[in-house]
Amino acid sequence: MADAIAERSALARFVRRRGAAAILFLAPMVIVLAAVAAWPLARTIWFGFTDASLDNLPAAKFVGLRNYFHVLTLESGRHYFSGLLVDPVWWCSVWNTVKFAAISVFFETVFGTIVALVLNAEFPGRGIVRAAVLVPWAVPTIVSAKMWAWMLNDQFGILNDLLMRLGALSHPVAWAASPDTALAAVLIVDIWKSTPFMALLILAGLQMLPADIYEAARVDGVHSVKVFWKITLPLIRPAMLVAVIFRTLDALRVFDLIYVLTPDNAQTQSMSVFARQNLFYFDKFAYGSAASTLLFLVIALVTIGFIRLGHLNAESER
Amino acid sequence: MSVPRPIRTAAFYLLVAGIVVESVFPFYYAVTTSFKSGQAIFRVDYWPSSFSLDNYAAVLGAGHFARNILNSLIVAVATVALSLALGVTASFALARIRFRGRRMLLFTILSVSMFPQIAVLAGLFEMVSAFRLYNSLLSLVLSYLIFTLPFTVWVLTAFMRDLPRGIEEAAIMDGASPFVIVTRIFMPMLWPAMVTTGLLAFIAAWNEFLFALTFISTDARRTVPVAIALLSGASSFEVPWGRIMAASVIVTVPLIALVLVFQRRIVTGLTAGGVKG
Repeated sequence: MADAIAERSALARFVRRRGAAAILFLAPMVIVLAAVAAWPLARTIWFGFTDASLDNLPAAKFVGLRNYFHVLTLESGRHYFSGLLVDPVWWCSVWNTVKFAAISVFFETVFGTIVALVLNAEFPGRGIVRAAVLVPWAVPTIVSAKMWAWMLNDQFGILNDLLMRLGALSHPVAWAASPDTALAAVLIVDIWKSTPFMALLILAGLQMLPADIYEAARVDGVHSVKVFWKITLPLIRPAMLVAVIFRTLDALRVFDLIYVLTPDNAQTQSMSVFARQNLFYFDKFAYGSAASTLLFLVIALVTIGFIRLGHLNAESER
Repeated sequence: MSVPRPIRTAAFYLLVAGIVVESVFPFYYAVTTSFKSGQAIFRVDYWPSSFSLDNYAAVLGAGHFARNILNSLIVAVATVALSLALGVTASFALARIRFRGRRMLLFTILSVSMFPQIAVLAGLFEMVSAFRLYNSLLSLVLSYLIFTLPFTVWVLTAFMRDLPRGIEEAAIMDGASPFVIVTRIFMPMLWPAMVTTGLLAFIAAWNEFLFALTFISTDARRTVPVAIALLSGASSFEVPWGRIMAASVIVTVPLIALVLVFQRRIVTGLTAGGVKG
């Protein structure tokens, strides 16, 4: 009896000590994340509701929704609308970002799947191929932007040279500078750089597939194209979905590549580029903060949407 | 109906060759360009045609590029050290100790890694100015924790969960405190995971652009991505492609080497961050 009580109080002491240790271990990480993520995010949102300017942040005053939407009625009775929600430049950058995200993620998924299927096959030299595939992932984004800017150069670029030799082009194209091709240039570089990541995640999904299904399909003489569509694709869909989510969220916040490859180009300006230009170049700190807040909202909504989608998927499979 | 085997094999190897060329060619072309000097650079060559180190001498000799490399190294190493120190203890608590709100906390941490960097930029800028950290490397180390720390915690928690329970129980029986358990028992077993997350955090910090562009204002304090982006010639019309390519090769070769040497670890790290979550 006494033993049991002593044991129980020892256990209670142990549990309490573990609990205290948990708090002690978590506190530094939580404090740091609160300081570098939560607090700055809250301040950005706050600045979006103020008239803050870069030179004098402490003087920022609350102005309500003015940065988002504002109607000014002139004496003549005419209405003058201002704010992000009626700013065509903002909507253009939203559209650019959405287009960029949709097209790049689509092609990265297709190419990533092809590369993953190749890497999943047994053939001599597979190790070398896998190493080669990782190279674009290892190249820093800024370096890829510069490397491709050189290859896409209108006068001395190798891509124009190659396409003209092959007869696909009759005259050189200023890929990154011309409005018609700037988005294509950005897409080419992003797809080149991000396909390996997609391929690796899909490959991880492929490697978890049970071999006996394929054995059964071979015995039954099912055509390999049918095997892919009916067996492989449904089974790797969860891994693919995770990869698509990661890449979509990444694509929606794109900044470096566009900023370096196609500077000051209305056809490629993304939401992040728009926000930063306003924050630090146009002296519209509050306006830029409001744009940052909207981008955050968009990404939060997309994330929640994906989580919902994941839940639905998980439930329908049950 | 079915394609003969030799043709299928040939098509497969053609595809493989295409993938390899497409992956490696841009970097190969940057390397061959960086070895060209003078007017040779404006001639399109598919094969290496000259070998001159002029561009390397120019980029390392003049300006601040050598200093920029050192800055990047300092920032990346400090970021990795801080995130691992904070990450190991936190992930021990998250993986091994039951407490209320644990799942909630894990998801909050994961959601921080989804943050668009631009969303914290204005607030961070205010903080950096208020603490007089503007134009200091410390501002970068602290701000980089936004993306390295959540990732480190997430992956280390996934790894830590898989470690056997028996050893920990034996240590508890011997009266080891949680701190001793983490530093003496778990850390040695966690080395592979720490190398993986450390490498990925290092690469992320080495490549970061937005914060480095915003919080640093003088050339001597810049990190390499910004230095390369801002590398300019004598006039604004003259882009020094040779030097840009040399600088690009200098900062990329160590990364490619790291990635190839630690291929397996990096792949497991990336997929642990993605798939296990």
